[in-house]
Amino acid sequence: MAGAQRGSTFWIVAALFVAAAAAATFLIKNEYPFFAGYVILQFIILATAWNILGGYAGYVNFGTSAFFGLGVYTAVFLFKATGAPLLVQIIAATGVGALLGFLVGLLTLRMRGIFFSIATIAVTIIIETFIINWKFVGGASGIQMIRPAAMPPFDSYIKMLFVNSAVMVVIAVALARFIQGSWIGRGLQALRDDEMAAECTGVPTLKLKLTACVISGALMSAVGAPNAMYLSYADPASAFNLNYSVSALAMALIGGTAHWIGPILGALLLSVTQQLLTVTISSEVNVLVLGLMLVLFVVGAPEGILGLYRRARTRIGGKSQP
Amino acid sequence: MFSFELLLDAIVLGLLVGCFYAAVSIGLSVSFGLLDVPHVAHPAFLVLAAYGTYVLNQLGIDPIIAGLMLTPVFFVFGILAYRLYYETFERRGSDAGVRGIAFFFGVAFVIEVVIILIFGVDQRTVQALYIGKSIDIGDMRIPMRLLVAFVVALTLTGLLTLYLARTFTGRAIRAVAQDEMALRLMGANPVAIKQWAFGIATAVLGLAGALLIIVSPVDPTLDRTYIGRTFCVVVMAGLGSMTGTLVAAIILGVAESIVLTLYGASWAPAISFAMLLAVLAVRPQGLFGR
Amino acid sequence: MSEALLEVDGVTKRFGGFTALDSVSVSIRSGERFGLVGPNGSGKTTLINCISGVLSLDAGRISFLGQDISTLPTYVRTRRGIARSFQIPRPFKSMTVVENLMVALDFAVVGHGLAEGERHQEVMSLLDRMGLAAKAFRPSSELSQVELRKMELARAMAARPKLLISDEAMAGLSSSEIDEVLDLLVKLNGDGITIIMIEHIMHAVMRFSERVMCLDAGRIIAYGTPAEVMAEKRVQEAYLGAQA
Repeated sequence: MAGAQRGSTFWIVAALFVAAAAAATFLIKNEYPFFAGYVILQFIILATAWNILGGYAGYVNFGTSAFFGLGVYTAVFLFKATGAPLLVQIIAATGVGALLGFLVGLLTLRMRGIFFSIATIAVTIIIETFIINWKFVGGASGIQMIRPAAMPPFDSYIKMLFVNSAVMVVIAVALARFIQGSWIGRGLQALRDDEMAAECTGVPTLKLKLTACVISGALMSAVGAPNAMYLSYADPASAFNLNYSVSALAMALIGGTAHWIGPILGALLLSVTQQLLTVTISSEVNVLVLGLMLVLFVVGAPEGILGLYRRARTRIGGKSQP
Repeated sequence: MFSFELLLDAIVLGLLVGCFYAAVSIGLSVSFGLLDVPHVAHPAFLVLAAYGTYVLNQLGIDPIIAGLMLTPVFFVFGILAYRLYYETFERRGSDAGVRGIAFFFGVAFVIEVVIILIFGVDQRTVQALYIGKSIDIGDMRIPMRLLVAFVVALTLTGLLTLYLARTFTGRAIRAVAQDEMALRLMGANPVAIKQWAFGIATAVLGLAGALLIIVSPVDPTLDRTYIGRTFCVVVMAGLGSMTGTLVAAIILGVAESIVLTLYGASWAPAISFAMLLAVLAVRPQGLFGR
Repeated sequence: MSEALLEVDGVTKRFGGFTALDSVSVSIRSGERFGLVGPNGSGKTTLINCISGVLSLDAGRISFLGQDISTLPTYVRTRRGIARSFQIPRPFKSMTVVENLMVALDFAVVGHGLAEGERHQEVMSLLDRMGLAAKAFRPSSELSQVELRKMELARAMAARPKLLISDEAMAGLSSSEIDEVLDLLVKLNGDGITIIMIEHIMHAVMRFSERVMCLDAGRIIAYGTPAEVMAEKRVQEAYLGAQA
């Protein structure tokens, strides 16, 4: 798994994935699977985006909610002000997220990781406070979003959002995969292992960290944008909900941060668990399980599911990965 | 409309609250400032202590007494927590930074959720003789509970600062922060010292939590606001400076009070965070940084 | 005549109230073998950190190849040709030995234009010279302290430096290993690389260096040929303590 995957295999699987998503929208009449599926895809993107900075570079972002919420409200603002279509909302959100990532990164990535992490919490609260006080986008009480008609060939807006998310998943994962395998990824790995040694070995650590931060932030905000239409509603408490921050972090760490497949595994496992628990027991218990799993994995299985898998294979196969 | 009296009121209140912030943050000055533990769960422990005080208060115990009762409990809790942190993260080395931070984040989150499950999301308060009454000093009416918290907080901060400066163990703690290797060469066990220090920092939280619920009602999400306040104070002070903690806390208290008076409560949560970012941008080593 | 490769001019570095370097000036010629000695805490590693850019200067300037590098970020200085090893080895623990060197080759040597196979060749031959070829594909976390020091040096060399600073690279090596490393450094110097060696192993420094500088409490207390410096009373006092 550590070796390079043939490019063509990846793209074939990606194309099949999007095709399957699109086909499902025609074959399945009921909308519920797409509501649920949208959430799962959303978390795959968030976890993947988080991992670009958190896993590859080793800087822990506690503020996924800040970027996500910013994406939501960029979409809300554009829609209310100009009636902009979904694609424009997403592109704008991407830009705003990139800008926020750049500013926060510029401010704190020169310092120790913990300062970056705290700064991301600070940014979440500050942005949320601004939105709460901004009447135009609904303030604390939130705002209704009337969905426009779905673009053909889709007959339902939710199905359109679902396929849109599938495409975004491919983009996010392809980006993560590209970074991982490129010189950027190798530089990030070096600076994650030992930042001072990396600098002295010629790695432009600040530039690489900023790049990862910008890309990560851009993706997180991009996936926030369709959320307003998904819920037909936006309010600060849900858009900036701490759950997004904890989930993205937990999913990446539990899945395994060394490889782009890790966040996908973590997101699939945890979001399915979350849906089940919320429906069967309660949403509080679901959140508790999330937190406990995070702590357990961080303490006991630091390399996540990927690491456990790799160790199991070594034991069974009797040979180690090159 | 600008009123000098209003401003004075705000400053005095800010001073009182600021000292309370110092008591609440001084544990973090030790655990994060001196010991370099990325203790993002500090405010969660604080809220936990506040709820512990609430429970004891329900049984009729005065909150300050309750806080004192919690202190030894939290001391043990702190020692165990540090043991776990050290064994799992500091020993292992690489990647410890990311996982250590994520660990405390997860712990904070779990604590918050457990509190919600047990107590629900509603606010809780405590009862005591000094809560609900006010004292008139000069032209100002000051809530008695704030005065009580102020006195206790100042005493607590003073005692801890003296402890670190004057006693043998206290100085060993400051020494281990500066040069662990030298300490080891002198025959002292740095891990035992750090463990003890973390225990003390957490014990202080036991009493500080009582002050928290005395000063205002608590709810499970309060730890988020206090991440801003405590880290703002500790960073603004300069990592490891105890006197700096008091000064920085008072500055924060007064700043918050003034903004609250001028602009209202909806902007209050963001102030400590904004100040934190400003400090990081302009003078990351803080006022008295080492 | 060789020109100055590195000019350290009045460099001062303070940590709070403590002055680690006090107006240190020295000029290193291109192709030189330069020894830096002094008791623990005298400022040797601080000076290296200032030269490589890990620390900023409180006063003074540093020039390399005639250009002021005092405010340049570390990685730029590395790309211009300054490489260093660390007193306590700092390997990239999640990588193999080969990968550690590849980082240097890919990031420090800008535009090497080498094909995949040639990169591999270059790294492997370096490892061979250091005696690490057998461990090339092992994770660097498996290496012993001594092997880590060698890898440290190999990684610095993979950056194709013009100036190589070795910070106590020979600590803990056996005397035959010390000879090996010394020979290697001399050979590198023969290829044109200027070398600054910080060492406590006196006979190695004396054998190797053309000129030696001794620091004590942040100040230069002796400077000259190895014999001259060793004969200096102040140097002996710094190491052994002043005679009563």
